[in-house]
Amino acid sequence: MNTKTAFSTAVLAGAVATALAGLQLTTADQAFAAQEKCYGVSKAGQNDCAAGPGTSCQGTSTVDYQGNAWKYVEAGTCATMELEGGRKGSLTELSRDLPA
Amino acid sequence: MTPQPDMPADIPLNTRFAAALLDPRQTRPVEVTAHSGKRAEKRFDVYRNNVTFSLMRALADIFPAVKRIVGDRAFDEVARAYVRANPPQVPMLFEYGREFAGFLAAFEPLQRLVYLPDVARLERLWLDAWHAADAAPLSPQALGAIAPERIGEARFRPHPAAGLLDSRFAAFTIFSENRADGPVGHVETRKSETVLVSRPGLEVQVINLPEGGHAFHATLFAGATLAEAAGAGRTASDRFDINRNIGMLIQSGAYSAAVLEGEHDND
Amino acid sequence: MTAFSSFPDAHDKAQQANVRRAASPPPHTLAPASVGASFKPEHLQAILADDVPVDFLEIHAENYMGAGGPPHHALARVAERAAISLHGVCMSLGGPQPLSKDHLQRFRALVDRYRPALVSEHLAWSTHDAAFMNDLLPLPYNAATLSHVCDHIDEMQEAIGQPILLENPSTYVAFSTSTMSEIDFIAAIARRTGCGLLLDVNNVFVSATNHGYSPLQYLADFPLHRVGEIHLAGHALQEDDEGETLLIDSHDGPVADDVWALYAEVVAMAGPVPTLVEWDSKIPDWPVLKAEAFAARAILRTAEAGGAHHDAAA
Repeated sequence: MNTKTAFSTAVLAGAVATALAGLQLTTADQAFAAQEKCYGVSKAGQNDCAAGPGTSCQGTSTVDYQGNAWKYVEAGTCATMELEGGRKGSLTELSRDLPA
Repeated sequence: MTPQPDMPADIPLNTRFAAALLDPRQTRPVEVTAHSGKRAEKRFDVYRNNVTFSLMRALADIFPAVKRIVGDRAFDEVARAYVRANPPQVPMLFEYGREFAGFLAAFEPLQRLVYLPDVARLERLWLDAWHAADAAPLSPQALGAIAPERIGEARFRPHPAAGLLDSRFAAFTIFSENRADGPVGHVETRKSETVLVSRPGLEVQVINLPEGGHAFHATLFAGATLAEAAGAGRTASDRFDINRNIGMLIQSGAYSAAVLEGEHDND
Repeated sequence: MTAFSSFPDAHDKAQQANVRRAASPPPHTLAPASVGASFKPEHLQAILADDVPVDFLEIHAENYMGAGGPPHHALARVAERAAISLHGVCMSLGGPQPLSKDHLQRFRALVDRYRPALVSEHLAWSTHDAAFMNDLLPLPYNAATLSHVCDHIDEMQEAIGQPILLENPSTYVAFSTSTMSEIDFIAAIARRTGCGLLLDVNNVFVSATNHGYSPLQYLADFPLHRVGEIHLAGHALQEDDEGETLLIDSHDGPVADDVWALYAEVVAMAGPVPTLVEWDSKIPDWPVLKAEAFAARAILRTAEAGGAHHDAAA
């Protein structure tokens, strides 16, 4: 890597010393114990052996998404995140730019 | 939609069964029946629904911020398209969705949401951190044991849960707002943010890095020394703050050991 | 030793696997009248705080195939309170293609790490070519599929060093290429591989309804002496193409009254067998799930008091 030695060893050592001085010293075991009561639960990516919604149409739908997904985008938070400045994620802009 | 020709009956049953599960235009295998001369359309559709719906739900659980950003209906459509194009390659669903960010980038109806793929990448990093191997984070004591005159030579081993994302968009803010319970207000999505993900204990930490932070940590992740990483940080940004970045190096829990050439690990 | 080493006609391979394991610490053993429930991470604190939890908790193996993190931490904690049943949902024993060596290795690692009291898998397939379809898919019952399934169970039992319990499926379709009944098929598998059986009573009820046969007759014909675990779960009602009832194995509610009645018949015939209530979707608070398991315990104790004997669970 071609970097000039941008920082002297004294500056690096000083930064480490400053950071360490500001730390509350806890061991990893303490960190685990403190978190055990409150850490979250993630459902993400769980395998189960339950059957889904029976004869709903999720699996048989052949809806062509082109010109469909964007119609629903206004229901998401994208419509509010960028109301000012730049390109908007709102329905108005989408319907102007995309073929229906 | 173009009807697909049925697969020839000399193709193995499981191949035809699997193809018809993922493509509703394919008819079910001729061997699939029901008792007493009953029809089997809806019965076979139960399997189609189980496969498609359960995988769509898996994506919704892995990418909740993406889902909230685009809304339930749009998410269903992109998830269904993804499931059919990219069924899982391993049985553990927590591995699913590694190509989802790229798929979103190429999914025309959502391409206006240019920040969406990076939000998906961050959500994938979050789940990888959740399942990563346990390791004690670098202890302050171990770091303090390195002689100050040699600190610039130290190399830092990334914690197994550590991940890094460099985004041209406000990936951290969008991710955080959309994963929190409260309402999501205005976000300036075009502000560049870089994010460090770690899990030093049982909680996944998602950290918005200061200026030059991506270059600093990416250089450390690549195995370079602290001096080299600090140089890379300053090269990347004139506003690189060495005190803030080294403080974050220690507090993030994204490293498990500090190593000096010719010495044992300090961890 | 596992409960299944006492099968009078256990397959040589399975017995050798047990002998090879003899140096390892023995797994937990379960009393015949034990009851259990699905372990859901959202119940962790409630289970740890419960003075009288269930006897065993069942996990889906695939959810613990990550390297570390909260899933393993939670499992290690509950394993201090209850025996563990390791229930695979993705081995794809019922498909024609070879089992994944990687998946066998991952499964073996879990057996070694948690020493489960019970290990089970499904009579189903889920992976074909490279795609994993995340469902328990049905197979025709004939000589060719019997051969595949037996080879796969032999391979799995070899890989993990102990016999498994094979679960009867819930199915929604039949196959014109089936030449055997499900019971003949399952009984032949058990004879040829030495595996035990996991009798899912809800699956019996669902499949019997969906295929127009008597669940009681199914149970009367089932090789109950090989059953090492019973499953109970809730199901959902749908309609088939003719507008008649089609039951879905949804695991999203309490066990149906019809299934409780069938379960009581099984226990009266077979004697007490460790019984587990599954609940995978619309998961209730822990006390609700536990109450389902304790309802099973009451039925098991009635059978115990009645002097029924079960010769499979040693």
